[in-house]
Amino acid sequence: MSPRQRQIWSIFSLTGPAYLWLAVTIFLPLSAMLYCSLLDTSPLVPRPAHFTLANYAAFFQKSFYLPLTWWSLQLGFWTTLFCFLIGYPAAYALAKKIKGRWREALFLLIVLPFWSNALVRIFSWTMVLRPNGLIDAALHWILPEAPHIDILFSYPAVVIGLVHSYLPYMILTCYISLQAIDDSLMEAARSLGAEAWTVFRRVVLPLSLPGVVSGAVLIFVPVIGSFMEPRILGGPRAVTLGMNIEEQFTVTSNWPLGAALSFTMLGIVILFFLVLYPVLKKRGAFA
Amino acid sequence: MTKIWSNRRQFLAGATALGVGTAILGAPRVARAAGEVKVLNWQGYGTDFQAGVDAFQKKTGLSVVHDYYTSEPEMMTKLRTNPGGYDVVLTNCVWNNLASKEGLVQPIDTSKISHWNDLNPAFRDSERLNQDGKVYGVAWVWGTTGIAFNEDVYKPAPDTLAKLWDPALKKKVALRDDAVEVVSFGAIMTGQDMNHPTDLEKVKAKILELKDNVNYLWASEDDWHKQFAAKAFDISTMWGGAAIRAKTGFKLPVGFYIPKEGGIGWFDGLAVAKDAPNPDGAHAFINWMVDPEFYTAWETKEGAPASANPKAMEALPDSDPTKVAASDGDAVKRLQFMAPLSDDERQRYSDLWAEVRTAFAK
Repeated sequence: MSPRQRQIWSIFSLTGPAYLWLAVTIFLPLSAMLYCSLLDTSPLVPRPAHFTLANYAAFFQKSFYLPLTWWSLQLGFWTTLFCFLIGYPAAYALAKKIKGRWREALFLLIVLPFWSNALVRIFSWTMVLRPNGLIDAALHWILPEAPHIDILFSYPAVVIGLVHSYLPYMILTCYISLQAIDDSLMEAARSLGAEAWTVFRRVVLPLSLPGVVSGAVLIFVPVIGSFMEPRILGGPRAVTLGMNIEEQFTVTSNWPLGAALSFTMLGIVILFFLVLYPVLKKRGAFA
Repeated sequence: MTKIWSNRRQFLAGATALGVGTAILGAPRVARAAGEVKVLNWQGYGTDFQAGVDAFQKKTGLSVVHDYYTSEPEMMTKLRTNPGGYDVVLTNCVWNNLASKEGLVQPIDTSKISHWNDLNPAFRDSERLNQDGKVYGVAWVWGTTGIAFNEDVYKPAPDTLAKLWDPALKKKVALRDDAVEVVSFGAIMTGQDMNHPTDLEKVKAKILELKDNVNYLWASEDDWHKQFAAKAFDISTMWGGAAIRAKTGFKLPVGFYIPKEGGIGWFDGLAVAKDAPNPDGAHAFINWMVDPEFYTAWETKEGAPASANPKAMEALPDSDPTKVAASDGDAVKRLQFMAPLSDDERQRYSDLWAEVRTAFAK
């Protein structure tokens, strides 16, 4: 075997299993669903199926899908924004201000919630947010005359629960890119007369942007498809495209519509990143 | 309709039963296949009541193996994809016709059901379980969906459906997150046929009026209990049997009524799956399910909907809350029973509910 052949062989043998796995577990079911989304009857129903685009048209024809999608996108936006506002300073402190043992301990605290079941985390929020729940009880202990805090089953409740669930992604990705910034760059900026804020704005933030963007992607995409958190914390005041897709499989048994809606959502996400891509590329976010 | 009184204890009981059953039958499965009845049902819904299964095995030597579904479309999918995989399947008054038209269930040999003549003819002979002169489901249990309320809050007890729309009840109302049920109540409220309302716009407008009142949408009985106890709502649409369990089992101050305007009735039929590997065993098991001995044990130890066998109801003590509710003739007269829906109707109801929910969330 020549060195070249050996190299090709090693590439194949090392990456082959991963690609095979991805092909079998992601590509095949996804193609089956894509095919399904173009049919006019659900698979397994004993009726001849024909190809149609009606399921994709339904997204635009039924008046509620656009507001519903808009609701999901807004939820993704707010969740990502709050994750950034809370997560970035934490990541900055971890990367630049805290050293040694303390850093490990704080990291552990950030990752700790990941070890518990997501459903348990969300249910525990219902106990905190409901009237006479932890927050409300604590407030009345200090201020007995205060009005009741009743934010369970509301938009803020959904955002709180989602931010809690996804915050570690933002902290970890921001931490990695902040960690990689050489301290001497900041010292150089200071020695050239830049104030702390200017150093942050001109040096640290641009260099850490790749971490912010990958964190935002990791959060935004699952949030717009989420249905468990909005259902439990939002009650009647939450509705996402993810919930409606689930309904097509469990209530109407309209698999083609459910599949078409899923691909429409995928399309929206891809479109979103296509629009962002030039901006990010310029900033070196995907470098 | 979705009668999963799931709780951890029953889940464990069911899981253990299934596990033990599979472990014992695992190796000599083929040889022992004739000694098995395979049941497809909701989890924790009577057929897997452990004492009942044990008694059946003692009587017939047949062991019972369960598979579960969590929605009726899933039940249909399982029957389609696994022909010959099940003996007995629970189909209710909505789905039995759909299953028999598709050839997923086979005609019942009523001569093998010794309790057949005792069954309440209103359910037994209903067109919802019969087709082309053949019986496709043995009427098993029936129940109601009405209004449950907090007895400590509402005195005297309300008796109307319109109560849910009372402007004084801001953030006090819960509904089940179920398109068909919501549309049914909307249709009753606007004086239309519950199953096939002709004016859906009117139904939609009526439900939209609930926007300020609705504070919670429940998905399972367990959810409902927790949120009722936490006072997330004071009044809600609810299954009659579940309201009884909340009061007797969980000691919650729950009252229940079938509204003056009308309530929803449903009944379940036990069917024999097409190509059932053990049709005789299936008939024997179904016969046991409508046996007064089984029913009284199930109702008194675990809680059950009303039996379609009046003799089973007679066998209950007079104080039994399910018996009391089932013998309220006036309330029963106010029920409209659920009917099969076409795919198109189901889709339109689902879309209507999605549209309303989008408006609720604004």
